[in-house]
Amino acid sequence: MFELFEHKADVGVRGVGKSKEEAFAECAKAMFSVTVDLKEIDSEEKFDIEIETNDLESLLVDFLNHLLYLRDVNETVFNRFDLYIINEGDEWKLNGKAFGEKINKKKHNIKSDVKAASYHQLIVEEKDGKWLVQCVVDV
Amino acid sequence: MNFKKIKEGIWEMPKQEEMNVPARIFATEKLFGEIEQGAIQQIVNTAQLPGIQKAALGLPDLHFGYGFPIGGVAAFDAKEKGVVSPGGIGFDINCGVRLIRTNLIAEEIRPKLPELMDLLFEFIPAGVGQKGKIRVEKNELAEIYSKGARHMVEKGFGWKKDLKKIEEKGEMKKANPEKVSEKAFKRGLSQAGTLGAGNHFVEVQAVEKIFDEDIAKSFGLFEGQAVLMLHSGSRGTGHQIATDYISVMQKAMEKYGIKVNDRQLACAPIESQEGADYLEAMWCGVNYAFANRQAMSHWVREGFEQVFGQDAKSLEMEIVYDICHNVAKFENHMIDGKKKELLIHRKGATRAMPAGRSENPKVYAKTGHPAIIPGSMGTASYVLVGTETGLKESFASVCHGAGRTMSRHEAMRKKSGAQVKKELEAKGEIIKGKSSTGLAEEMPEAYKDIDEVIESVVLSGIGKKVTRHLPLAVMKG
Repeated sequence: MFELFEHKADVGVRGVGKSKEEAFAECAKAMFSVTVDLKEIDSEEKFDIEIETNDLESLLVDFLNHLLYLRDVNETVFNRFDLYIINEGDEWKLNGKAFGEKINKKKHNIKSDVKAASYHQLIVEEKDGKWLVQCVVDV
Repeated sequence: MNFKKIKEGIWEMPKQEEMNVPARIFATEKLFGEIEQGAIQQIVNTAQLPGIQKAALGLPDLHFGYGFPIGGVAAFDAKEKGVVSPGGIGFDINCGVRLIRTNLIAEEIRPKLPELMDLLFEFIPAGVGQKGKIRVEKNELAEIYSKGARHMVEKGFGWKKDLKKIEEKGEMKKANPEKVSEKAFKRGLSQAGTLGAGNHFVEVQAVEKIFDEDIAKSFGLFEGQAVLMLHSGSRGTGHQIATDYISVMQKAMEKYGIKVNDRQLACAPIESQEGADYLEAMWCGVNYAFANRQAMSHWVREGFEQVFGQDAKSLEMEIVYDICHNVAKFENHMIDGKKKELLIHRKGATRAMPAGRSENPKVYAKTGHPAIIPGSMGTASYVLVGTETGLKESFASVCHGAGRTMSRHEAMRKKSGAQVKKELEAKGEIIKGKSSTGLAEEMPEAYKDIDEVIESVVLSGIGKKVTRHLPLAVMKG
């Protein structure tokens, strides 16, 4: 499940899931839903993702920012993610794939741009068997 | 919270608990009353950063941001203890405005505006994920990072004399492309000369009112004149540079034992390797944005030439000024009676150096440079000029716009983009937007009243009004 939450100037993106992976993927969907209706995207393009950080919270921010990088460079928007998150000593690693489609202005109803994911109101937590992850993105 | 009016239009919360300096807000009583607690808390958080000088400042367009508030100024000691924080500049490095004059009378060109806007819409790449018309290779992009607007002029975009009327002559000399990541380079390759989306725009305006005849004249502005304002930034390049270095700063804080209240405030000492690297990379972002506005100005001139059948030189389409409102700059200011070098972070704040300061271009040495304040869509914009009071009270800074008062969601719940467009068009304005959501989010009601914001600047004495402009036609990303 994903949702957007209110922020005066920008937008909060939140993902909830049974696993970290699901919550991260949902959060990414929330972020792309700011720009485009996810239902309009055919998942025909596939990109590998590999991210390493020192903490799980940074992993979320770096993951979202990496997707924005892939969006700009490949002019692609995403709506599906297969992710694996592992912890090795001091390091957190995220591996997986992002699926999406080249931006097509005739097909996609383009809404607002997302510039970057921030550390503001950043939460990555597990509660009662559910993961909730969120942060504010600059639009 | 405990604020006291210390002077007309200036409110102060004395230094307390973890704060290193007081917090000060410049606002009329009305605007001060409307400032949200979240934004005040963000100024207080800023006041806790190491090496901050004098006071953490909130300008009248202050509102809640991520980490630092929007409409804030924070000055850090450049030599001792001071820090640099990428979050204090923002993701859109050198988001800024450029004003171009003409010798045309606004009312006379009204009938031609639809044609002009169609052309500008065609010439200027805008919107989410829009690639530019200028394709560059990595070597050329490094040149843009190093030379900014000058590179575009050498490439044939605009006039050599344009450079004299851009902040820093459109070129931060210490920019170092080697400090810019591969990822930022890749994002920069296809976006040179693009407008972007969100609150960025190209707007034809009429100079509606002159407040200071002499200064307006030296800026080349007169009542009834048609002028063009351009608001844009550093696109993916800037966002990536900020993202990369916010991440670097997370680790640096641990290394230098710095603690912050919000990880988005991540920072490092100015004299550390991490701090120095960020500054050199950030200045590349500044130059990229200057170059973008330079390229777009060229297409603006081409549009006018085609529609009015005269060349841009005979239309006297000179640049009035080009100024950043998301940036950090080294400047000398007086602190406790002593001249000190400071790193001034302006996030949603516009520099307004008064006459006599060396930062002014020669042509504006006697007046101080124009401080260009764009209004929100459908509302007035202003040109201000700095004052000695501003130099003393706000590190020569004024507001950067109206400042949001309604979240994007609230705005969209209120009205659709189509409705916003219809209402503005009923007032005689031409609206061209790539995104209907974008138009709804930018509706005039989502922002503070620009006139009240400007009155706050005047009341506190940190700036003086020169001209007020009304929108005639706007193109949004």
